[in-house]
Amino acid sequence: MNVPANLKYTKSHEWARRDADGMVTIGITDHAQEALGDIVFLELPETGRKLKAGEECAVVESVKAASDIYAPIAGEVVARNDAATDAPETVNQDAYAAWLFQIKPDDAAQLNGLLDAAAYAKIAEEG
Amino acid sequence: MQTNPSQTLRRTPLRDSHALLGAKLVDFAGWEMPIHYGSQIEEHHAVRRAAGMFDVSHMLAIDLTGPGSQTYLRKLLANDVAKLKQPGKALYSCLLRPDGGVIDDLIVYFFTPVNYRIVVNAGTADKDLAWMQAQSDEFDIQLAPRRDLAMIAVQGPQAREKFWQACPGSRAVSESLNPFQAAFDGNWLIARTGYTGEDGFEIAVPAEQAAAVWSQLHSAGVAACGLGCRDTLRLEAGMNLYGQDMDENVSPLEAGLAWTLSMQDERDFIGKSALLAQRPTRQFTGLLLLERGVLRAHQVVHSAHGSGQITSGTFSPTLQQGIALARLPSAVASGDQVEVDIRGKRHAAKVVKPPFARNGKILVS
Repeated sequence: MNVPANLKYTKSHEWARRDADGMVTIGITDHAQEALGDIVFLELPETGRKLKAGEECAVVESVKAASDIYAPIAGEVVARNDAATDAPETVNQDAYAAWLFQIKPDDAAQLNGLLDAAAYAKIAEEG
Repeated sequence: MQTNPSQTLRRTPLRDSHALLGAKLVDFAGWEMPIHYGSQIEEHHAVRRAAGMFDVSHMLAIDLTGPGSQTYLRKLLANDVAKLKQPGKALYSCLLRPDGGVIDDLIVYFFTPVNYRIVVNAGTADKDLAWMQAQSDEFDIQLAPRRDLAMIAVQGPQAREKFWQACPGSRAVSESLNPFQAAFDGNWLIARTGYTGEDGFEIAVPAEQAAAVWSQLHSAGVAACGLGCRDTLRLEAGMNLYGQDMDENVSPLEAGLAWTLSMQDERDFIGKSALLAQRPTRQFTGLLLLERGVLRAHQVVHSAHGSGQITSGTFSPTLQQGIALARLPSAVASGDQVEVDIRGKRHAAKVVKPPFARNGKILVS
């Protein structure tokens, strides 16, 4: 299972990465894309939208099912990955390169409350 | 998310073949079946463009024999087996309740007036067999479920060629088959039927030979395909799925199945009087989503003539667009624009007449 050590994770299978400029980039894990199967549609949050931690804010749809995406931490959406919206299959190809959206965190310390790679790998393995 | 099929799931004779090919196995109607072997979309394209194969051994073949066979089927089925004159000819029919609700849809193959084979859906097999037995009292017939058989569907523009490559001995008997016709090759039944909108065969073989046939087909370049793409292919082809597009509470007249009802003569069949009394207010139609997205079963459709519901929806790999089958008010016309409620927002869709795609070609716009 591909679970990069430099990222933080949620139980609901999102990853989050603190960037050099202080923003946090968010996507879904390799395990999640594998479970969903062929991804054909992304609905991403508008920039400027303020998200609470755990808020439903995006949808990833595969041929099989629609899956809600939750904000790992609170913040304001500053960017979304339109290239991924145009080619949703890129999330299957590399779930860590095809990010979904980026937020300016209200409190970057909230990242410390998320799972590390080892803890997430354990959850993902247990299904 | 991990699939952990329990030990209680039933297995087809090909279950280990699927596992060897890296299939993702899931619970389908109590059977451990492959949903895909990697990419559902690639498998879909393989069938539309070349050749793919499906394990359909979870479906049940039932052999019907006895002097009363034809009169029994003419009472049991909404379509009329008297149409079948040529040995091997197949017919699609609904099995109806007295009130007109659909118990199942099935294919019946005619061999002689005293010998037929019926193939029914996996999820309904037990109730179908019980119903068929219960209707058989006044007829001199025997029903024999054939769980000793495996069934493989080979589908796609190159399916027949590749099947003959894999099983050259079966070429002579199957080369001249017309669509919806079958022939025995020893104890194999080779039928030019399918559920994808492509040419091909459905082959019933003794269970112990199934893995060898599967592996010969695979070596001939036929792609292993899971039930995931079987659903997107049949939906593109405008074919109904039992339990989703119709069931015991739905009339075939509101499920796009009027063409399968043989009502024009004196023949009485179970459900006929109920159907004659019905005045359908809804019709079965296709929908094309005009924006990017995916249509799903149970989404509500708003039209100028009232609302309706999607019964089957997906993202069509061939059209690269959301498509659906839906039950809408009868006044809605082909070409009308309607709105589909997706997660609380309304999205524009166009009413079209299915099929969406068959024989590798897009048929709607």
